[in-house]
Amino acid sequence: MPRNDVDAQVYLRMLKIRHFEQAVSALITEGEVAGACHSSIGQEAAIVGACMALRLDDYMSGTHRSHGHPIGKGAELNALMAEILGKATGVCRGRGGSMHLTDASVGSIGESAIVGGGIALATGAALSAQVRGTDQVSLTFFGDGAVNEGAFHESLNMASVWKLPVIFFCENNGYAAVTPATQTHGQPDVSRRAEGYGLPGVTVDGQDFDAVYSTTREAVTRARGGEGPTLIEAKTYRFDEHCVGLFINGAYRTKEEVERYKTQRDPIALFRAKLLERGKSVAELLKTEEQARELVEAAVRFAKDSPRPEPEEAFDLVHASRIPIRR
Amino acid sequence: MTTTLRMTYLDALGLAQREEMARDERVIIIGEDISLYAAGGAYGNVDAKRIRSAPISENGFAGMAVGAAMTGLRPIVDLTIANFIYLAADPIINQAARLRYMTGGQFKVPVTYRASMWHNQSNAAQHSDRPYPMFMNVPGLKIVTPATPTDAKGLLKAAIRDDDPVLVFEDNDLWSVREEVPLDSEFVIPIGKAAVRCQGGDVSIISVAGCLPHALAAAKALREDGVGAEVLDLRSLLPLDYEAILNTVGKTGRVVIADYAHRTCGAAAEIAAIIAEDGFDLLKKPVRRVVTPDIPIPFSEALEKPLYPSPESIANAARSLM
Repeated sequence: MPRNDVDAQVYLRMLKIRHFEQAVSALITEGEVAGACHSSIGQEAAIVGACMALRLDDYMSGTHRSHGHPIGKGAELNALMAEILGKATGVCRGRGGSMHLTDASVGSIGESAIVGGGIALATGAALSAQVRGTDQVSLTFFGDGAVNEGAFHESLNMASVWKLPVIFFCENNGYAAVTPATQTHGQPDVSRRAEGYGLPGVTVDGQDFDAVYSTTREAVTRARGGEGPTLIEAKTYRFDEHCVGLFINGAYRTKEEVERYKTQRDPIALFRAKLLERGKSVAELLKTEEQARELVEAAVRFAKDSPRPEPEEAFDLVHASRIPIRR
Repeated sequence: MTTTLRMTYLDALGLAQREEMARDERVIIIGEDISLYAAGGAYGNVDAKRIRSAPISENGFAGMAVGAAMTGLRPIVDLTIANFIYLAADPIINQAARLRYMTGGQFKVPVTYRASMWHNQSNAAQHSDRPYPMFMNVPGLKIVTPATPTDAKGLLKAAIRDDDPVLVFEDNDLWSVREEVPLDSEFVIPIGKAAVRCQGGDVSIISVAGCLPHALAAAKALREDGVGAEVLDLRSLLPLDYEAILNTVGKTGRVVIADYAHRTCGAAAEIAAIIAEDGFDLLKKPVRRVVTPDIPIPFSEALEKPLYPSPESIANAARSLM
């Protein structure tokens, strides 16, 4: 894709994530959403930067903060929004919800609400690609909290031993729920943990799309070329609370810190400024901004208009074919 | 032409695995010390990429198998000793069992987890569990418990071919048991079907997993007393063969359930509950469980051996119902 087209696509995807998350927050306020929602606002450059380095048929796994990942990889918004509203037309037919927006059509193999759960899955998908002899790679998104799970360490080690085509991508937003990484990480530089398992580890500014994209592309090239895994740590920041609407009684981060990121380190504002520098016109940007808004509005309408699943459907899809389930 | 061959339970498992690896190149095996077994020819002559001798990382490779299964492979995960399944429990429960459902059917998870249950061998409490009851509480899984060499072959093959995650709980006590096993490479035993191993009209012995030889010995002893015992081998624990359970209860009205697992919430407890709910009117006497008491398995032979169901304890339980 020519540079100009990539830029337009990147800007659109980042905006789609931003508007999608804002729409979800509004729906929560309206009382339309049940369950917990975790917003990706602030982390758009890290997500889209990683996804743009992948092919559609490359695999991806993610986390409970799941909305941004499929959007970043190019998913249609309607079924994602319908899933959050628990509708029959949802991408997971109302069985997953906000924490599990899994869209297989863009290569997603699951968004895990078990912290670190997606890491082994993506490593297994990389093993699968290696055994089947395809040139697909696999990328797993996880947070800074997940690097303290055993699955992270076991997966890095096995991926290194077997030279699996996997990219371990840490969205390090500095806080595992409401606990700062400084209180939980014996080695706070996540990328340095790679050294212990014999693979390259890189830290990158997660608010800078270009930096994330070029770093991930390099890792993807290595993986596709049979040279094995890479650990990427993208330093990023979440603008919202851990969970939308969560009231935290007591400060775990300062208001000033949050404000500083919102005003100075907003990945979309930073990218917009770069696009203007690269010669995009304001009119072009406004057009993309309007397009993103319209797509999200259409997704909200679709989700609201969609039917709820029939209660009997809860008994479908437990196994490949129905087995007797007693009630 | 030979259609069967006399072989051990352990050989039958190996044969099933070799046949399936030869039949379907999507089948791979992951586990510890695998390279040693491969060198001995345990998996046949297949591409080395399909044989993964893993580090001691049960949680990691059990989870990787899920991702591999979702993307076109059919992994067999050899967890060796059944207690190690606890380390792998998170990906089995939270991922393998759930992802077909949670993704709205976008994925299937055709993965087989093998676990060998060791007991009666002075291995103490970290190597002597029968963990299947815990996993019976996990919707989305299937569980088989072969108790004969023929079933070991047929059920392991069925597990590998199944499009759902299947746990195969093998019984180390049965490894050396021999019988004629079908050599047909298309021989599979359907998951979820129990087998009546001997007919009788007076009392039903419902046998779980490796209790079968004891149940059959008990039935023989009872026959000598003039009591007709029917032995039902469940073979699968998820799904459970409700029909076969209620059929045998209807025939005899007296039930002994023999199970090596611990008493509380064991497989026997669920079977007893099914009978109490749906077969109460068929019963002539209360249901009896012959199971392992709720204590950790001790090391000393003198302490361990008396804990388990035996032909005598099963026969005595049956006699108490007559």
